[in-house]
Amino acid sequence: MAEFLQFLFSGLTVGAVYALVALGFTLIHNASGVVNFAQGEFVMLGGMITVFAAQAGLPLAVAAGVAIGVTALVGVALYRLAIAPAGSASVVSIIIITMGASLFLRGTAQSVFDKQIHRFPAFSGETPITIGGATLMPQSLWVLGGAAVVFVALHRFLAHTLPGKAVLATASNKLAAQLVGINTHAVLLLAFGLSAAIGAVAGVLITPLTMTTADMGVSVALKGFAAAMLGGMGIPVGAIVGGLGLGLIEAFTAGYLSSAYKEATAFLVILVVLVLMPRGLFGPKDVERV
Amino acid sequence: MRVPSWLADPRARVLVLLAVLIALAPLLFPSGYYYRVGTLVFLNALTVTGLVILTGYAGQVSLGHAGFFGIGAYACAVGTSHFGLAPGLCVALGAGLAGGLALAVGRPILRLKSHYLAVATLGLGILIAMVLTNEGQWTGGPDGMSAPTLPLRAWLRAWGVPLSPAQAWYALSGLVLLAGAWMALSLRESASGRALRALHDSEVAARVIGIDVARAKGRAFAISAVYASVAGSLMALFNGFVNPAMAGFMHSIELVTMVVLGGAGSVLGGVVGATVLTVLPQTLTVFQEYEMTMLGLIMMVMMIFLRQGVVPGLVGAWTAWRGRRARP
Repeated sequence: MAEFLQFLFSGLTVGAVYALVALGFTLIHNASGVVNFAQGEFVMLGGMITVFAAQAGLPLAVAAGVAIGVTALVGVALYRLAIAPAGSASVVSIIIITMGASLFLRGTAQSVFDKQIHRFPAFSGETPITIGGATLMPQSLWVLGGAAVVFVALHRFLAHTLPGKAVLATASNKLAAQLVGINTHAVLLLAFGLSAAIGAVAGVLITPLTMTTADMGVSVALKGFAAAMLGGMGIPVGAIVGGLGLGLIEAFTAGYLSSAYKEATAFLVILVVLVLMPRGLFGPKDVERV
Repeated sequence: MRVPSWLADPRARVLVLLAVLIALAPLLFPSGYYYRVGTLVFLNALTVTGLVILTGYAGQVSLGHAGFFGIGAYACAVGTSHFGLAPGLCVALGAGLAGGLALAVGRPILRLKSHYLAVATLGLGILIAMVLTNEGQWTGGPDGMSAPTLPLRAWLRAWGVPLSPAQAWYALSGLVLLAGAWMALSLRESASGRALRALHDSEVAARVIGIDVARAKGRAFAISAVYASVAGSLMALFNGFVNPAMAGFMHSIELVTMVVLGGAGSVLGGVVGATVLTVLPQTLTVFQEYEMTMLGLIMMVMMIFLRQGVVPGLVGAWTAWRGRRARP
């Protein structure tokens, strides 16, 4: 039982991070139709910038704020400098552009920071809490709580504010949104900035537990993508459920089957979802207008 | 001067140009080392030619193609050392394995939108590299293992061919590249190739005129996997050594960048892309140091500004510039 609880805790904790990455994917995908392969780099930047800002002498909270702000700007720049100039390029071109952006950010982070593994101290101490024989790090509660706050805030923003409704309108029909006077260019900048900020929050929250390096992004992006697909691409609730689900699958695979192939579960989930239920758990029937 | 009739076929012109380049390049080699570089260029170009079929003709992108390259390489290393198979048989086995895996994985995914293939291949490539790293008793783990080298020196002496082994590899890989390019060019003009180019333009329209879209894409994916596997096998025999990095993520990205640099659509462009990105790291240490940043930058710049490839793109820009200057 203790073992089961232990896997449950660790699965939910990493799952919350995958959920945030999937949420970032979903936001960009809904607003622009772009599948952003650089999403994992936002998580990396969130962790790495906090580490180096804190080393430079900033208090941890300020360093985290700087990291989230800078990453949001990187997201805005990604849209402004790489996605928008490509105009109506094909899906394949956009995939290659975002993959290129991912490599560029990763390589630049290696040059600007370094290639070492880093962490910073947990927010409220390193004393584990014992529940039913299993241990839970206080930082895990920060991760789960943080993910919940981000999700609720994003939901309130989209449903109850004017800029949020503009994002939804652009996602639903870009041309119609333009016709009613929405500045869709600004909306897309907002969506990319917000998505990057969400990724950075995930990076800040998880670094005390799993540590961070400049080259963690691709694996995180792959898992976030698997989570988004498990939940149903484009559905925010699906991103959350898919993320937690993937985290649990991964933790139980590592615990009961093989830890060497823990990393393979994301790929197997992608494959199973694509073969058996391409719409994911919550996805609507995909109708394509021609 | 009249052009001979067989040269009227654009396919033949590309092949002749390629053959002349392969034959004349050694005249510029400052040392024997460049036969090695040439062989690397040709083997990379062979993989890229397969990707031109997938990306250029069918409009799909694979972010894990080094995985198939790795399957070919390890088929040669594992097949000969653990099972005592002949290297030639291993090349065929690797190609069969890679093609079969591509079909099995590709079929269900290729029914869906094209970004799903990118994600699935990204995962597949990482998975293959992971298996090669973890199954140390078969593969030698992260350090890799030795592969058989062909007794080229003895063969060359027996046949009385006055070439060094490096020169023989240069010729052999050049010939394999020519064969691969010929097949890719022929496929382009065949019914299957036209089907692929049709679905690249519009999948719905292709389906309407009766093309089985998922099947056509699945075939293109499998063919490109076989190209990568054969190139990987030859690389293993050439180097006498394999390691998991051959199947790794960075190698996959290098391959995609080669395709993108050449403009995806043309076989010749792919060869140019492979040449540039194989020779640059050998000559510029700066490029090696900042490889990831450079590759990322190349991918973005090419896709934003020079989508048709560096050669046609620059030629187009040059003509436009000259046109502007000619006018008063």
